[in-house]
Amino acid sequence: MSPTELPAADAPAVTLDCRGRPCPIPVIELAKGLPTVPIGAVLEVLTDDPAAATDIPAWCRMRAQDYLGAEPVPTLVGPDQGAYSHRIQRRS
Amino acid sequence: MSERVFLDAASGLPLHPAAREALLSALDDGWADPARLYSSARRARLLLDGARTAVADVLGARPDEVSFTPNGSTAAHVAVRGSLAARARVGRHVAHSAIEHSCVLLAISEGGSPDATSVPVDRLGRVSPEEMGAALRTDTALACLIAASHEVGTVQPVAEVADRCAASGVPLLVDASQVLGRAPVPAGWSLLTGSARKWGGPSVGVLAVRTGVRFRSPWAEDEHELGRSPGSVDLPSVLAAAVALQAATSSAAAEDARLRALVDRIRSTVAATIPDVEVVGDPADRLPHLVTFSCLYVDGEQLVRTLDERGFEVSSGSSCTSSALTPSHVLVAMGVLTHGNVRVSLSRDTRAGDVDRFLAVLPEVVAGLRAEAGVTGL
Repeated sequence: MSPTELPAADAPAVTLDCRGRPCPIPVIELAKGLPTVPIGAVLEVLTDDPAAATDIPAWCRMRAQDYLGAEPVPTLVGPDQGAYSHRIQRRS
Repeated sequence: MSERVFLDAASGLPLHPAAREALLSALDDGWADPARLYSSARRARLLLDGARTAVADVLGARPDEVSFTPNGSTAAHVAVRGSLAARARVGRHVAHSAIEHSCVLLAISEGGSPDATSVPVDRLGRVSPEEMGAALRTDTALACLIAASHEVGTVQPVAEVADRCAASGVPLLVDASQVLGRAPVPAGWSLLTGSARKWGGPSVGVLAVRTGVRFRSPWAEDEHELGRSPGSVDLPSVLAAAVALQAATSSAAAEDARLRALVDRIRSTVAATIPDVEVVGDPADRLPHLVTFSCLYVDGEQLVRTLDERGFEVSSGSSCTSSALTPSHVLVAMGVLTHGNVRVSLSRDTRAGDVDRFLAVLPEVVAGLRAEAGVTGL
């Protein structure tokens, strides 16, 4: 599937760049940020915190929000290696 | 705060008083080389044989199946490497649970298995016997399963996994570190390891290898410790370790009931008095003395340091408290919150009043850290 075929609903409404910020700041920023997007919209968190891969899905489970998944952030090299984009859909 | 409260028994205990006594008398009485023929040496040999028999009794093993090593990690490393060396013709694949102690995982990854299967656990931290069985292959040299999680307390289905390993002809290494001296040793192991630090002894490791299980020392085999751990043992420490294990085992049933009730109190009170907390691990089928929970939005290192300032000594699986800055692989495998994590583990010295004071202080400590971070009400 090419990028142009992605459903519009999956495109992030807001991106929070938390790269370089330690645990648990990415989860805190997610908790602050998600209420600012409409219900059904997607928020993206960029982070290189190794705990985020566990803590963001766990937060979604505790707060009954939808965790859509993570993928490595492309094209970046050097200091941004190991960064991921986590996508969260606001359910309530 | 009147006195410090130690709540990290799972990392290591202070010496049991009986072990201390045994250690001090053995410094005078058990210093000679047990391999020699003169009177002092024969006395040392008797003491070492006695210690081996005492530990073997607790393990449900024959004395000649039991070796002493310098510490628990050494026992685990020797168990893994010795199994891989002995079964090289079968293959070098290892099947292990995702929640093994890091010393076992390190022994696997650094010890000559280029190929390992990490079997996942469920949300409670328990591996499935079916999935462990399915991970066994024709080239599997060794399976590894911790008896009960040292981080979250969940008891593992050792007997069921052992049945599957036996059916496939694969030896099973059981890390019994948190079980020895506290709970019955699970049946079915081919190799078993433990650490005297966890039951009130000095730094001594135990490695048991069942008769008939293939094993080749990864070291140069000498005449000590049945060829499984080179060089003379530290005899006074070994004697103290054996005495401590006997003492812990004789009071284990009573301690089980007492500590289990205290951990139940911690589990229910933490869940009731702290908002946004995840108390993890199996609430019932668990170690008697250990509980782990995570507080949302709280920095684990700050939590440990603040509790220490208030007199309570706990450990944490949060990434900021580890030297590698990675979260506990056990919490990750379970898919539970890793930040704001606290592990509380109780010893025979823990009094109900200690737990009550901890539970009284904890909510205000967590609330204070959340207020400081500006996350209250998030």
